[in-house]
Amino acid sequence: MTEPKKDIVESPEQAASTGTLAARLSLSQRAGGVAVPVATVMLAFLIGGLVVLATGHNPLDAYHDIFDGAGLNWIFHPTTSTQTTAAYNLSQTLLQSATLILTGLAVAFAFRCGMFNIGGQGQYFVGLIVANWLGVSFSGMSPLPHILIAIIGATLAGAAWAGIAGVLKATTGAHEVISTIMLNYIALYTATWLFGDGGPLQNSTQPTVPVSNPIASSAQLPVIWGTIGFQGLDIGFLIAIAALVVFWALINRTTLGYEVRAVGFNPEAAAYGGINVKKNLVRAMAISGAFAGLAGAIDMLGYLYQYGSLDVAVSQVGFIGIAVALLGRNTALGVFLGSLIFGGLIYGTTQGLSSNVIQPELATNLTYIIQGLVVLFIGADILILYVWNSRKRLRRQSPPQAPAKAAVY
Amino acid sequence: MSTWSQRLDNPVSDRLRDPASTGYLAIGLGAFAAFLAIPPIEARSPTWPIAVGIVAIALGIWTATRGRRRLGWGAVVGGLLGIGLGILATKSGTSNLELVFDTTLLAQTFGFATPLVFGAIAGMFSERSGVVNIGLEGMMLMGAFWGVYGADKGGSWVVGLLVGMASGGLLALVYAYFAIHLRADQIVGGTAVNFLAYGITGYFFQQFYNGQITGQVSTVPNLHIPGLGNFLEGSIGDLSWLTWASFALVIVAYVVLFKTPIGLRIRACGEHPRAADTVGINVYAIRYACVILSGLLVAVGGVYLSLGPQGNGTFINNMTNGRGFIALAAMIFGNWRPAGAFAAALLFGFSSALALKLQVYSSQASTLFAVLPYVLTLVAVAGVIGRTVAPAADGKPYAKQ
Repeated sequence: MTEPKKDIVESPEQAASTGTLAARLSLSQRAGGVAVPVATVMLAFLIGGLVVLATGHNPLDAYHDIFDGAGLNWIFHPTTSTQTTAAYNLSQTLLQSATLILTGLAVAFAFRCGMFNIGGQGQYFVGLIVANWLGVSFSGMSPLPHILIAIIGATLAGAAWAGIAGVLKATTGAHEVISTIMLNYIALYTATWLFGDGGPLQNSTQPTVPVSNPIASSAQLPVIWGTIGFQGLDIGFLIAIAALVVFWALINRTTLGYEVRAVGFNPEAAAYGGINVKKNLVRAMAISGAFAGLAGAIDMLGYLYQYGSLDVAVSQVGFIGIAVALLGRNTALGVFLGSLIFGGLIYGTTQGLSSNVIQPELATNLTYIIQGLVVLFIGADILILYVWNSRKRLRRQSPPQAPAKAAVY
Repeated sequence: MSTWSQRLDNPVSDRLRDPASTGYLAIGLGAFAAFLAIPPIEARSPTWPIAVGIVAIALGIWTATRGRRRLGWGAVVGGLLGIGLGILATKSGTSNLELVFDTTLLAQTFGFATPLVFGAIAGMFSERSGVVNIGLEGMMLMGAFWGVYGADKGGSWVVGLLVGMASGGLLALVYAYFAIHLRADQIVGGTAVNFLAYGITGYFFQQFYNGQITGQVSTVPNLHIPGLGNFLEGSIGDLSWLTWASFALVIVAYVVLFKTPIGLRIRACGEHPRAADTVGINVYAIRYACVILSGLLVAVGGVYLSLGPQGNGTFINNMTNGRGFIALAAMIFGNWRPAGAFAAALLFGFSSALALKLQVYSSQASTLFAVLPYVLTLVAVAGVIGRTVAPAADGKPYAKQ
């Protein structure tokens, strides 16, 4: 961060009510440090626990079982073999986290340019579709070019899909939230149609099952932990980590990132400084969509291999990416940590969960409640600012010149 | 864009000479071209749709050359679509056509439009007061689940309706507190509301019903109007009470928002809250009231989904399935006005009804047809067919001074 730090506290009230989305988020990013996301998560888990308690389950036991379901008990008896349940569960958690890193980055990148990309889910679907199509075609190709073609194709498709929203915003001013929500549903129904009975990508050997063809073995990603065919952890995880580095470098170390952030802070000032705002809006949206499209690619090539119309209806990873990005304050490291929490929650409340305290069907919805609470609390940045302000006031109380302007709330 | 009152003051001949009239006429002709080929007229030769469509295109080009370019090109596209759909209809079998275009198509249009109308009017109250409500989807979902719960435990759909509305209102109250008092980003807050509702309804549905409602729950009755004749009785003779309520709501919303002092205050808060505050309007109170009213109304749409003729007393996870967003889209498509939102809701309802009916041709066509509302909304927000204008202070938190 190159911004001067001293003017943060000058009028946070005003900044919070008038600034752009990115400016407000960056403000809360600098105010309160890592304590706020941690407090947010704890508060969300606490309220989630109260819901569990109110419905007659023991929340501590429930969270303990979810912890084990996510494979986090692996740290007590670490092993590299995935024969033990804990190790297998952990590998599955990381598999989920890899997807969430990328869908989280998709949301975070757009945020840094002052846009809210709710369309991660749709861009993820587009990535899945293209990765499946390219993975099924060209069978007999050697693995490396086949994988590269499928990944690049899916990434570009995600970029193009999000780019529609970017172009609409730049040329007509259409709000990206509305257009990305609409693009989500268009992608959802397109995927339902493509994979559904009689659809162009539907299974050629089982014409009555609404599921796609499995991708060719040459397009499957190599597994680094576990067994291929048993959802072992594939190199998609490493790709996601690489994407984190790319995100960080792009935002912090390139002219592109500088322009994107400048537009995010204040489009008028950026334009005055000679930055082409429209170009940056389109570019940021396209890069954002590329991350989500890549998420679709590593899921399809890494462990899904095929996808059905019914899977389309229940997929939520694009939306959980929103919680991941917000919790991670739209930074690379934050997104990584956020994806671990939600990856663990997703797997630990579904297949990983074996519990006589709370059923997986119940626990899955607990994940969504926690996700909603996290987004709700993080969005209320004035809470954070209030805490930040009162801390500043306390610190300044020793010299007599206390800040003249008191916080309204 | 002249206002309606100005236009009404002009002599009729002036308004007819306005190229806009020709443009609208051309769009109407384009629709008529397709209409010729379906029952009850059902022309079997493609000549008629083509002839009418060409007239529509010609008028569209004339309009475009007279300065109303957007409207003109819209009419040209309408004419082409009319010709295309007309030819398609004449090529398909008469029996299939009659299966698709019977009187229940209208009844189903009204049925599918009902939750959208409630949602669109709900969103309008919230946004007219200056609070964007992306959380409509979640509040509708709350209404759908807690409506069934209330009807089940209370033994009557009236209890269900009240419990459903209360749940939507409660979630709206939480959202209002974050959006108005804490001045949280409204889009982020609304998204959180959707996630929360998804989790809460899913959790309690599993907790109370194990994921399935088995017994028969009291449902909202239909209003039977006998003796209307074949066509009317098929289309409006057997609609749900809530559907009629949604029609009434459109009129009430129009009167309240545009013809009463309260409506003026609401709109003032949405256009210029500072000015409203200066003349003594309590911006926070108005916004709270509007957001909570929005939650109550959209929850009725949810209750209709679960306790109305389509849900028939059942609930499934994520039952709303994007209808809250379509309602939001209808509101935008209708340019934040009750009549426009109602027309858009009917259009989207019609496309859903048609999608259902088109399954006689192929389920694939039906799936693709379900995309239409989203594509239309995308086109609408992009301003291709007339730009939509949101209230000036929509989505901006207001800080009292």
